[in-house]
This record gives sequence, C-alpha cells and structure tokens, in this order.
Amino acid sequence: MRLVILEDYDLASEWAAKYIRNRIIQFKPSAERYFTLGLPTGSTPYGCYQKLIEYYRSGDISFKYVKTFNMDEYVGLPRAHPESYHSYMWNNFFKHIDIDPAHAHVLDGNVEDLEAECQAYEQKISEAGGIELFVGGIGPDGHIAFNEPGSSLVSRTRVKTLAKDTIVANARFFGNDLSKVPTMALTVGVGTVMGAKEVMILITGAHKAFALYKAIEEGVNHMWTVSAFQQHPRTNFVCDEDATLELRVKTVKYFKGLMHVHNKLVDPVLSIKDQ
Amino acid sequence: MPSNKSVSDAPISQFINCRILRDHCLQREDLWVRDGKILDPEKLFFDEHGYADKCVDCEGSIIAPGFIDVQINGGYGIDFSQACDDAGSGVSLVAKKILEHGVTSFCPTLVTSPPHVYHKVLPQVKVHDGGAHGAGVLGFHLEGPFISLEKKGAHPEQFLRTFSSGGFRDLMETYGGLDSVAMVTLAPELDGSQSVIRDLCQKGITVSLGHSVANMSQAEEAVQHGASFITHLFNAMLPFHHRDPGIVGLLTSDQVPAGRTVYYGMIADGIHTNPAALRIAHRAHPSGLVLVTDAITAMGLPPGRHTLGQQVIEIQGLHAYVAGTKTLSGSIATMDMCVRHFKHASGCSVEEALEAASLHPAQLLGLSHRKGNLDFGSDADLVLLDETLNVKATFISGEEVWRK
Repeated sequence: MRLVILEDYDLASEWAAKYIRNRIIQFKPSAERYFTLGLPTGSTPYGCYQKLIEYYRSGDISFKYVKTFNMDEYVGLPRAHPESYHSYMWNNFFKHIDIDPAHAHVLDGNVEDLEAECQAYEQKISEAGGIELFVGGIGPDGHIAFNEPGSSLVSRTRVKTLAKDTIVANARFFGNDLSKVPTMALTVGVGTVMGAKEVMILITGAHKAFALYKAIEEGVNHMWTVSAFQQHPRTNFVCDEDATLELRVKTVKYFKGLMHVHNKLVDPVLSIKDQ
Repeated sequence: MPSNKSVSDAPISQFINCRILRDHCLQREDLWVRDGKILDPEKLFFDEHGYADKCVDCEGSIIAPGFIDVQINGGYGIDFSQACDDAGSGVSLVAKKILEHGVTSFCPTLVTSPPHVYHKVLPQVKVHDGGAHGAGVLGFHLEGPFISLEKKGAHPEQFLRTFSSGGFRDLMETYGGLDSVAMVTLAPELDGSQSVIRDLCQKGITVSLGHSVANMSQAEEAVQHGASFITHLFNAMLPFHHRDPGIVGLLTSDQVPAGRTVYYGMIADGIHTNPAALRIAHRAHPSGLVLVTDAITAMGLPPGRHTLGQQVIEIQGLHAYVAGTKTLSGSIATMDMCVRHFKHASGCSVEEALEAASLHPAQLLGLSHRKGNLDFGSDADLVLLDETLNVKATFISGEEVWRK
C-alpha cells in the first residue's frame, strides 16, 4: 500500500484531488473509453470534491468522459431528502461539474425490488468495464461503505442493516432523533471495491485513528472491513496527521520518508489545457 | 449529450452567475427554467438525465421573483378610471412600461367612479398572463365607492355609495360584474358591509379595508369575516390611538383568526408616509408589509406641467402637485424606487425588501403557489437587479421581456 500522510485535512483533500485529476487526465478518456470512478459521501471527501470542482471551474479537468458509481444510499429515504446520498452528490459535486447525468450512477433505495437494484448495479459496473479508481472513506468502526463489522470480505452490492454505531453517528444529520435515521442501506460490497483496478481510501481526523490502525497494522479481519485492502495490489491511504495517532511511530516515519516519492504522483499536476 | 427528454421537449434555460432569492435568503445558486416555470435541476439530473440547452450569464446579478403591484391607478398619461372605449390599450400601455420597474403582474386600480365607468371598463380587460407585451393582469382592484365620506381623500364625493338595498346587490349594481376583479377596498363601518365582505371572500375576491373611520373592533370583525388587506396603511383612516388603535391596530391584533395574516399596503415613496411611521409598521408586523405604488396617471411622465383629464399636474422630482400649489396629487414613484426606498428607510435586509414587493402581494392574493417566489414549479417571472436594487432585466415565463 501507499500511506500518504499530509499535515492537515485541507492538504490531504488537495493531494487526493490532484491524484484523481492526474489519473483521469493521464487516462485520456474519450467517448470510446470512459474513466470509471467510484465515489464516497460524508464529511471526509467534502474537501476533495471542493478541489475537484475548483479544477473543473479553472478549465483544468473535465468530467465529460467520466462515469461515476457511488458506494451506497439509504433505503426508504426520499431522494429529495437533504440527507439522501443523491442530494449530497448533487449539491456537493454533480451540479458543479460537466458530468453527463446518464453516467452518474447512484443506487436507488426507493425501488420495489432492492435485490434486483443491487444486481443491476453490479451489472452496470461490469458493462462499464469495471472501476478504474474507487475512492472511499472509513467509518470509526473500520467499515468501508456500509460494510459493517462482520460483513463478508468477498461481498457484492446488497442490502445491509446498519449497525447501532452507524445509526448513532448519523443521528446528527437527522436532528439527533434516532427514530428518523434510516436503518437499512444499499451498499457496494467489499468484494465490489476490491474488484477495482485501484483503490484510494481517505482518512482524516483523530476519531478515525483507531480504525486506521486496525485496518493497516493488524490482520485482515471482517470486523474491520477496510483491512481487506491489504490484499489489493494498488491501495492508497491518504490521511492527515491526526488519523495516524494510533499507528506505530515506525510506520509513520517510514511512510513520511517516502513522501518525496508519493509527491511525484501529484507534481507536476496535469491539465487538459496542455493537451 | 442530449437529455432523454422523457418529460418535456421544451428547451431548458440555466441562469448562472447569480444570487437567487429562495427560502427567504439570497443564495448563490443557479436558476433553472423550462416551459415558463422554475425547474428542479436535481430531478432533471436524476430522473431525466437532462441538462441545460441554454445558459444565461447574469454577471453577478440578484434574481428576485417579479414584482407584483396591487395598487396602481395608471401612468404614462393613462388613467384606468376613465370610461373610454379602449380601456384595454391603456392598461396594455402601462403593463408594457412597468416591465422596466421589474413589475411582472399587477392589479389595475379604479378609484371611486360612477357605475357607468365600471360597466364600461371592467368588461374590457380580462385577467391574463404577462409576456413580451407587458406585465400580467391579475384582476382589477376596485378602491371604492363603498367608502367613508370623511376619509374620501382625493376620491370624488358625489360617487360615494352605501349598501342601501341589501349589500351585495348594491355592489353588483355598481360594478356590473366581478369576473375580472381581484380586490375590493371598502369601509367596514358601513351598514351591511359585513355580509358583503363574506360574499366577496367566498367568490375568491380579496377584501381590503381603507378610506374608513372604522374603530378597531369593526376592523377586527371585518377580518373575521374574511378581510385580509389594509389599503395604504395610515392614509385615509383614523390615526393610531392608544385606547383604540383603529385599523392600524390590526397589525398586532389578537383577534385575527389562527393561520391567517392581515397584510397592509405601504406607499414607500418617502412622501406619503414618514419613514418613522413606515418603521413602526414594519417592526410591528414585518411579514404583512406589501409595497404598492398607488401610482397615478403622471407616473412615468417627465418633469414639468401636464394636463391630465380635468387637472393640471406639476411634476418636480418624486412629487406630483396640483399645479401652482403644494397639494400632493398622488404618487409617481415606481415599484423599484419603492423597494429601494423601503430598504433604506427601514434598514431591512435585501431579502425582506424584495419579498415585500413579490412574496407578500402573492400571498395576499392567494397566488403564492405559483407567483411571488422562485420555488420549483412557480411561474418564471423574474427581475434581475444589481447590488443597489436597480432593475437590469425583467423576465416573464422565463423569456426576457425587458433589458436595460
């Protein structure tokens, strides 16, 4: 894995955004060959989305030939609800860029047949040629997407009942009323994300530090589902200093020592204006 | 990248680089329009995979809902209360000119007149939508003749009437018909007025109290029967008294039925109401304030002397005097001037000033489900303004109808 450690949230968001930008531009996407990007929601990737929007506005990047697949969506929450992941993606990303609406895929938690929706999503991903780069976050309990502790590490897109921890953590978005928080969600599986060519996990903040420790310094364990990515050939963890607080000093020093190598991935930062 | 057009083939416009008035706040958001209505871009994106056909760069302007003037007697030499054979073209001329002031809908107002004037004029103008031809007509505002003698103001005394033969019948005899009428101003102390108020409200016509010497309990009774507006607050009514606040007391009355609001018109031209009085009203009941021009024939005419009907008027700045005197003969401020003056005099926010000229009149007339706001599904009647609230462009149903 690459463990990329930046000083703070803003720098981590910027590094991640530059990495995504360079990957897309280097790929030279076209109408015949789209760049497929997996996307997360939540407070962690917000800064990264802001930077990507900035790069679009300055004309340095286009999402015209990018297809996106979001990781998850609540079940039974109206799409127009301000806390739905559709709303999050529209307000924080899609409405600001030039992506083709037909290529912005988000699971629909309001269909009759949720199983069929999950299977169709897996189908859409394979029809798109698989995911080139899957961007994700990590929960305080080490979950990726809604793959709660105990989820199979080879799972695919499916319906999941949310863990109590997750519901409590989400209550702040629903007026602190636990009864208003959705209890089920559709989520890509650990196996689905493992199927991507490359994975980038964003982890910022001290409250995620223990989860990061469990994910990379202990073994592969279905109780900390992000640990599955120890077995992926191309995993990047992008974090801030606070997220490393539970790691061994040796681990942190080693990867900080590699920053000059990591930074070559984002410096120089590419632009479509030069093409 | 064509949209899948599963809902409509009509072109979609996206107004960018603007701040829009939505949810009582100016927000940096794009405004989307299709088929003359405000469109929800998120539904367009996810349901239809649609996107804009055309972008309108607003260069940082404010976009507000088009202004609605519920009291305007004429302008540009036209007097709506004249019994002419072509009342329609007079209304159309004014309708076209007021687009320059950001007004997209209005109620042509007739002052107290003899029955033959109403019988002649009313049938000639129907409620109709606005467009490139001019602002939309929401219906007439009939100010009088069922008003108080003592508070007639500039209305001609000989044509005042009472409800002598049973209320509603007097009304129908006088006006001839109510098809194109949106609002009636009357004095609630007149005998028989309470049942008239009920009948008018049942027909969906807004009832306003004005030109009246009603005390507060008469005014409250009128509100309980359905009256919902006060015509030019403070003018042509008893002044506020601390033991009987009269009509003015409706602003803070506890007898207003639950869920209902009493709205009140204010002529914010700096002349008809002292700014301190404007502030008192605004602070007492900010959500009821409706800006009106109460403009007369001379509005829009250049400074100097003009002969209007039987009168000679002299225009100096924002004042219109009976020529050779210092007697005010009416208001000539435009709606956008009123919005700017109101903001300046009351110290209110930009949002409040804009809502007083758009949202509140729409709410008053029961039209806020489609006018007076930029909610999804509302008519795309818009006014583009600069930082100091000068009108840069006016749109009706999403089409540009005037640009500076």
